[in-house]
Amino acid sequence: MSQQLLRDSPGPAADAAGAPDPGREKAGDPAAGAVQTSAPAAVGLEPAAHPAVARLARTARALLKSPGLVLAVLVIAVVILWAVIPGAFTHWPPDTGVPSARLKPPSAEHWFGTDSLGRDLFSRVVHGSATSLAATAVAVAVGLVAGSLLGLLAGFLRGWVDDAIMRVMDVLLAIPSLLLSLALITVLGFGTVNIAIAVGIASVANFARIMRAESLRVGSAVYVEAARSSGVRWHGILLRHVLPNAAGPVLALSALEFGMAVLSISSLSFLGFGAPPPAAEWGSLVAGGRDYLVAAWWLVTLPGLVIAAVVLATNRISHAFQDPERNRT
Amino acid sequence: MIRYVGRRLLQGAFVLWAAYTVSFLILYLLPGDAVSIMASGDEQNAVDPALVAKLRSEYGLDRPLHEQYVIALFKALQLDFGVSIKNGVAATQAVGEVLPETIKLAAAGFALAVLLGSALAIAASFSRNRWVRQLVAALPPLGIAVPTFWIGLLLLQFFSFRLRLFPALGNDGAQSLVLPALTLAIPTSAVIAQLLTRSLHQTLGEPYIEQIRAKGASDALIHFGHALRNAAIPTLTMLGILVGNLLAGAVVSETVFSRTGIGRLTVTAVNSRDIPVVQTLVVLAAAIFVITSLVVDLIYPLVDPRINTAARATA
Repeated sequence: MSQQLLRDSPGPAADAAGAPDPGREKAGDPAAGAVQTSAPAAVGLEPAAHPAVARLARTARALLKSPGLVLAVLVIAVVILWAVIPGAFTHWPPDTGVPSARLKPPSAEHWFGTDSLGRDLFSRVVHGSATSLAATAVAVAVGLVAGSLLGLLAGFLRGWVDDAIMRVMDVLLAIPSLLLSLALITVLGFGTVNIAIAVGIASVANFARIMRAESLRVGSAVYVEAARSSGVRWHGILLRHVLPNAAGPVLALSALEFGMAVLSISSLSFLGFGAPPPAAEWGSLVAGGRDYLVAAWWLVTLPGLVIAAVVLATNRISHAFQDPERNRT
Repeated sequence: MIRYVGRRLLQGAFVLWAAYTVSFLILYLLPGDAVSIMASGDEQNAVDPALVAKLRSEYGLDRPLHEQYVIALFKALQLDFGVSIKNGVAATQAVGEVLPETIKLAAAGFALAVLLGSALAIAASFSRNRWVRQLVAALPPLGIAVPTFWIGLLLLQFFSFRLRLFPALGNDGAQSLVLPALTLAIPTSAVIAQLLTRSLHQTLGEPYIEQIRAKGASDALIHFGHALRNAAIPTLTMLGILVGNLLAGAVVSETVFSRTGIGRLTVTAVNSRDIPVVQTLVVLAAAIFVITSLVVDLIYPLVDPRINTAARATA
């Protein structure tokens, strides 16, 4: 009977073919939980083992139901590891090429092939991820901090401050974000840090809107009224009620904006506003392959695939953040 | 109705003024004005400081900022956004010359996006096969996640270089429009498909659909005769942002396919830090957004007669 159940519980996982490893590792746990709940004799044992096992089982089952999410987390984890310890993933140097090995197609030796100077493309993608991810993180941080502050100010002070801030945000939303970033780059100048800041500023309006909506929602809740009337000061309300409650939607937006920022930054570095040539960055790697479209398909295709995978993964994760929020309200 | 349109035009004028002001503040308040950029750009021949001072007073850059702003704003009202630093042509003229090419591209891209997007949404709603449904549902998130420049380069690689079906660059004829328009259409169609799928799903659950289904209407009649029209409204609302995205996409698409147009102009203007041209482009983008939103508001009653635009305005 337990065999039967064992086969039953991972059923949905087998359905979604190729569920990744971590899910499968934990799949042993739900079996334990399943046996307990199904066999009445085991009920007496439950209190001892229950909470931890059940929680593990629930997480495992939830993960197995969405193999896409597991894959997305894996992709992001791998890319972050690329950025932190690139040496562990490739032994090829990113900047020095082997002239005899120029424009070699992907092989077991060079996973992504080599470029026109004989440099290993996979190594350049791995080593470039530090720059690309750092720029993305800066962009999201700028948008998150500045946008949240403005949104909090608007939602908290209301009145003309609210009007003034939100009218400016409306104008920023009326201009396509890439164009806004380009206008900012005109003034800030080129370079990775500057495009990161420009992309961040272009996303300020989105954060401000969400933060304002959340602080208005929380600020008018009955328990906040109660807190206020029992003498809690404004900063207490801000720290204890508004910020924790706004965290969910703002985090979901951050994950989404992270993906968008990867796209914007790679677009801007593709257009040539990022780091100057020797440095590798995902967008500029694709741009570097432009001149070899006929001779070397991999130069454009593979780095682009990495960008797409990262954006797809962050969008999936953002979706997971949003789901419980949507169910709650 | 006329009063409503008048009010909306006023609102639009406000957004344009604000866009102009914000771009003025960004572009002129931050360090590095037009002349000093121009002077520093030339590394071979050092610029005489006296000449720089003369140029600065010629451009009015030595006056206090608020004075500069008022003068610039009055000029902008007469559609004078200053002179391109790069080649001395009026900024509006520089933009106006290449604008038709981008309008062509954006129109073709938009038509393709609507076609592709609605086809995907309808296919997802029609299909009874679970696999087809899941496959179709997986496409839009993919379309949103892939970088536009990458799509463009892949299309270029496959259709221009491998199959030699379309020219790889330039603005000659309809042939050269296909791939850039497709590049532009793919991300936009993904957004349209997502919005439309969601609202179509919602609309199909409404009681009146149940009613006509009970009367024996076919799936096709339900979709095309009834549901689609109502389901289109949320997508219509997003039109302003979608058109703005087309403009942003044109920057990338025109660069990949080496087409002339305002997208390419934007890149060259940013490269040479041509502030008047950049500002013209920013205000133009805001103007397009304002006009699109107004048009959408006027179209609403045609799609759904229950929406009374004039009444909503007074509410």
